[in-house]
Amino acid sequence: MTKAAEVNEMKVIVFQLMNKEYAIGLDVVESIEKSLSITRVPRMPSYVKGVLNLRGVVTPVVDLRERFDMEYKEFDETSCIIIVSHAGSEVGLIVDDANDVMDVPTSAIGPQPEVVGSVESEFISGVAKVGKRLLVMLNLEKVLQPIKKGNTDGF
Amino acid sequence: MDVSQYLDMFIEESKEHLQACSEQLLALENNPDDLAIVNEVFRAAHTLKGMSATMGYEDIADLTHKMENVLDAIRNSKISVTTEILDVVFEAVDDLELMVQDIESGGNGKKDVSKLVDTLNRIEAGQPLDLVTEPAATTEEPFIEVVTSTGIHYDEFELTVISQSAEQGFNALEITVTLREDCLLKVARVFMTFEILEKSGEVIKTVPTVEQLENEDFDQKFTIVLLTQEDAEDLKAKVLKVSEIEDVHITYITDEYVQKYKQAALNTKDPEPEVVETIIVPVAEVATTKEVPKEAVKTKKATSSNSNKTIRVNIDRLDILMNLFEELVIDRGRLQSIASELHNPELNESVERMTRVSGDLQNIILNMRMVPVETVFNRFPKMVRQLARDLNKKIDLEIVGAETELDRTVIDEIGDPLVHLIRNALDHGIEMPEERIANGKPEIGTVTLRAYHSGNHVFIELEDDGAGVNRERVVGKAIERGIISPEAADSLTNKQVAELILASGFSTAASITDVSGRGVGLDVVKNTIESLGGHISIDSTEGKGSLFQVQLPLTLSIISVMLVELDKEIYAIPLSSIIETAIIQKSDILNAHNQPVIDFRGTIVPLVDLKDIFEMKNRSNEEDEFQSIVIVRKGESLAGLVVDSFIGQQEIVLKSLGEYLQNVFAISGATILGNGQVALIVDCNALIK
Repeated sequence: MTKAAEVNEMKVIVFQLMNKEYAIGLDVVESIEKSLSITRVPRMPSYVKGVLNLRGVVTPVVDLRERFDMEYKEFDETSCIIIVSHAGSEVGLIVDDANDVMDVPTSAIGPQPEVVGSVESEFISGVAKVGKRLLVMLNLEKVLQPIKKGNTDGF
Repeated sequence: MDVSQYLDMFIEESKEHLQACSEQLLALENNPDDLAIVNEVFRAAHTLKGMSATMGYEDIADLTHKMENVLDAIRNSKISVTTEILDVVFEAVDDLELMVQDIESGGNGKKDVSKLVDTLNRIEAGQPLDLVTEPAATTEEPFIEVVTSTGIHYDEFELTVISQSAEQGFNALEITVTLREDCLLKVARVFMTFEILEKSGEVIKTVPTVEQLENEDFDQKFTIVLLTQEDAEDLKAKVLKVSEIEDVHITYITDEYVQKYKQAALNTKDPEPEVVETIIVPVAEVATTKEVPKEAVKTKKATSSNSNKTIRVNIDRLDILMNLFEELVIDRGRLQSIASELHNPELNESVERMTRVSGDLQNIILNMRMVPVETVFNRFPKMVRQLARDLNKKIDLEIVGAETELDRTVIDEIGDPLVHLIRNALDHGIEMPEERIANGKPEIGTVTLRAYHSGNHVFIELEDDGAGVNRERVVGKAIERGIISPEAADSLTNKQVAELILASGFSTAASITDVSGRGVGLDVVKNTIESLGGHISIDSTEGKGSLFQVQLPLTLSIISVMLVELDKEIYAIPLSSIIETAIIQKSDILNAHNQPVIDFRGTIVPLVDLKDIFEMKNRSNEEDEFQSIVIVRKGESLAGLVVDSFIGQQEIVLKSLGEYLQNVFAISGATILGNGQVALIVDCNALIK
């Protein structure tokens, strides 16, 4: 029966945004990078910070705080970039801190509480309660919807 | 037997053979009497049959077998070539292609071919095809056969081949191989013998037939008739290397004999097979007397060793090589920038050397990835033939420069746009035969597809001698569709009018046809070509025809750029779109209706401030007396891009921005600079309207 228990757990990476804890599955995470030099890409939504050179691959970077309309924060010593692989290409996510890998039983993941007006609700696939910690599970599909058109206002 | 490891090779070779079939069939249609062509098709079909049977694709084997029968009947003059028969054979080739494609995409290559097989059977039996009555007169012609002392019968066709090749210095040899009595795998030995002989020449006949040989339907002996320039003794030694072979006996079929026999056949016209006394010269004697010039032998050897110097390399490996080289180019850039800072002569020298060597290396690697444009062109003759029949037009397709080479990445993309252009030329360009005759043109329209190198570009041109672009109709339509304003119409040159048909939502054909689509075509063509870094232009003379010219870069992966600085950010502008750079005085900038312009060698060129486009806030250079300008072009139009400063020219590796960031305005890609930073590449096409 231990085997069944293993299947029902998933490994997640826990990261912080505005002192709240979020999680994404370990299987989509490629690496976690500290500060790298980012090249700005013009005419992009403000949450697209630009692109960086990740071992020879040009990788776009998204600031999750700005993506979720949170308060802007400069990149500091705890900030880091989580490189996730999504739909065949890699994207970097800037988060406040990433410090934990843990097993979450799938049974502990429930639907997100229905709160009216929650800004980031569409980016969330569920909420996991592990002990006293509450982890918000990210819906990468929604967060990383391709940006089809550059901001072409005025042209 | 596990055949999966041969699958790739099977698919590759099947495609080649099918391509050969189509090409030869097209040639046959123009020269229905040329039996050598039939033989070519037959051989390709035969090889395909053998391969597919081995791989277990029975439907392919079945269909090729029937096709082969029809071809066999044609080359034995039992039936004559007609368009109807060729249509059926073409259909069979199409079906075979579909089946091979199915296998390639993981299918089992099965397809219901019973109807085609049935039709082929009827053709073979000489029965009328549907309602078309074919006089089967040819079947009654006297059938000429020859028997040599070895007991082999030759028909007229084979004799012709033998005497023709004798003129070209090829000898016809009868090679009789005797297998040992205890030989276990006779087929294998036959196969090995064939393999050896096919390397040295061309097998034109076997006794017993190939089919019987494949089924082990023979005793210890079999005979192969081979056309070759090689020495009989050499061949004998080679064949004897196959184990379990008892003896090899080789005799020459001399030209005298063929001539004598032919004469006899002409004189007698005897339908019965006739035994003629043959002249068989013992090998040893021939070796001393035969008059093959030594020179000819030498040159043949030289060419054969040349052709052996190619190998097939998996395309993935070339891609890996290319990627590794791209890394090297990035590091080269870094070394160059370090060296220029350190001012150490020795370092400079070795960096320079390395730059030169890697430049050569780059050329070689790029050349290795070059593919002749033929791989795209070779599907067009069949397409044109079919389309011309569908449209009831008479059209000749001429292909020039099919050997012109292009990078594989470009080749992969260029096929569809060209299909569209050709369809357009056939449908809208070439007129109906009656109309052509009425206009004093030849009944058959000519479409020429031309490819050639020029500078760092490859040009592909499609020229037709059709109706050309009708200025009034095009202008009328463009105004109606709101593409241009009526006022602007008068000032357009003929070339500009012609290029209007590339605008989106434009279609001048009176009715929508299946052939060239719904007017979404040509603007897609234009976009595809421009996304490849290419350019398309049209020249058209009404009543005379049109010329579509597509200009393409040699490669897409490494390009030369000019690096410029904009507010401490570095951008790359492709050298291919730069005309020149200039530093101008601020007072030279004029204003034309809120649009800053400059007078550049007598032309009014609009200025584009890249800082505006790229949303930069720091505008410190506003006060500067001088401004740096990069003059770029898109087709005929120019624009001046205002930048902070020029950094220099560099070879860079083009990288995509990835799936997440699609269609960034005015940015065509990114590259990695020597210092590891990413720089964005400016898309000049987007900046010029």
